[in-house]
Amino acid sequence: MKKWRQILILVLSLGILTALTACKDSSEKDTTAKGEGDYRTLDEIKESGEINIGVFSDKNPFGYVDENGEYQGYDIYFARRIGEDLDVKVNFVSTEAANRIEYLQTGKVDVILANFTVTQERAQEVDFALPYMNVALGVVSPDHKVVTDLDEWKQGDEMIVISGTTAETYLIKNYPKIGLQKYDSYATAKNALENGNGAAWANDNTEVIAFAKQNKGYTVGIPTLGSQDSIAPAVSQGNTTLLEWLNKEIKTLEKEGFFHEGYKETLADTYGMEFEDSLVVEEGTKDSSP
Amino acid sequence: MPDLGIEVLFRGRNLIRILGGLWVALRISLISVAVSFPLGILLGAVMTLKNPFVKALMRIYLEIIRIMPQMVLLFLFYFGTTRAFGWDLSGETASIIVFVLWGIAEMSDLVRSCLISIPVHQYETSEALGLVRIQIYRYIIIPQAVRRLIPLSVNLVTRMIKTTSLILMIGVVEVLKVAQQIIEANRSASPNAAFGVYLAVFFLYFVACWPISVLARYLEKKWG
Repeated sequence: MKKWRQILILVLSLGILTALTACKDSSEKDTTAKGEGDYRTLDEIKESGEINIGVFSDKNPFGYVDENGEYQGYDIYFARRIGEDLDVKVNFVSTEAANRIEYLQTGKVDVILANFTVTQERAQEVDFALPYMNVALGVVSPDHKVVTDLDEWKQGDEMIVISGTTAETYLIKNYPKIGLQKYDSYATAKNALENGNGAAWANDNTEVIAFAKQNKGYTVGIPTLGSQDSIAPAVSQGNTTLLEWLNKEIKTLEKEGFFHEGYKETLADTYGMEFEDSLVVEEGTKDSSP
Repeated sequence: MPDLGIEVLFRGRNLIRILGGLWVALRISLISVAVSFPLGILLGAVMTLKNPFVKALMRIYLEIIRIMPQMVLLFLFYFGTTRAFGWDLSGETASIIVFVLWGIAEMSDLVRSCLISIPVHQYETSEALGLVRIQIYRYIIIPQAVRRLIPLSVNLVTRMIKTTSLILMIGVVEVLKVAQQIIEANRSASPNAAFGVYLAVFFLYFVACWPISVLARYLEKKWG
């Protein structure tokens, strides 16, 4: 008798779980079918007088909160301008790397401006506007032996990388002959370079540039390595009115040199002026797509 | 004394911000405790009933809430309700709902286990002494069950307070998020600040949970 009851309970709970998951599936289908209504169009945003922009609150110097509790950074600088030009108040929403897409898909924010790298997978879930920044890999090495070209890599030298980063996968794929020294964290990789364990350190170029700027005796010999990725604002999929407005806005802003201004205001302290052109994008103006 | 970078906490409004973050975490967990404990106690009593239907229903609820990581529940209620029903819950509301559901599930199971842990002879002896059902519970069972319940429920309260560290994933800026913001904002100026700031966070959680443990010990002694 007791055994039967247990089996019954098991079956029941399994049933409910399936029902729950099925529910979720169908609701997801609903939203894609419904299309509209999950996001706010340009007019709806203007009418409400407020725009919700998802940003990082802990990624200095792109999006962070200063000691007065105010949002600051390169992304924020842009976000404020968007608010100004739309003539609406900007509500900053603190997002994490892992939930940015979810925020857009549920329409809980109108725009994500959180150092969002454009990738094909992401482009299937959200709509990216024109890019406003570049990222690539970079290689930093000691001043006395600057590495400027990976094709002239000396055999026997080793490259420092952090496990699991794009730098690691890129080097394994494209420069299989370069020996790698893998470290788990930023701190250990930094120590390894300082102790001379490796000849150079490959990482995101923003990271290595900031490192060379903060630590005397190191030079970024290769500021852009491999395919360049771009950082762009993203909106909910299908929100064309807002997307078109953003694209137009980015083009206008580029013409007036707004992003270079933003770089000077927010990024120059960390990266120095010499990398302005490798980080700031001008592609919007070059891009003639509608 | 190594440089722990604690001084970043005293820059600008940082101290007020981190205390504000602690208040957010405490507010959410204490509201959830206040709502879920009475309901949990009630449900726990219901669970001791012999009705198989009620039992099965409670079991399913309990298992679902318990098996799912709190993170999943938070995402389900914050993003899922928007997808499924178009509700636009704030992060804080979604957190309170999840913590209440979780609190009810855990609390009711604690109450159930405390009630059934009272040996049958206690009931039988009371009956033999001529007490009626209400008197048995009022004078014999509940006082004993409560004593067993206190340390367990205090543990649950402190667990709830600590689990609020997850709600930063649904956009609620609580003490841990403020700490991360402070560390990152000072990344180049004081690279060691992570130690100092996390130490402060540890201290804040401790300050929040310690009085509750003290109260529990006091109650245990008083009723013990």
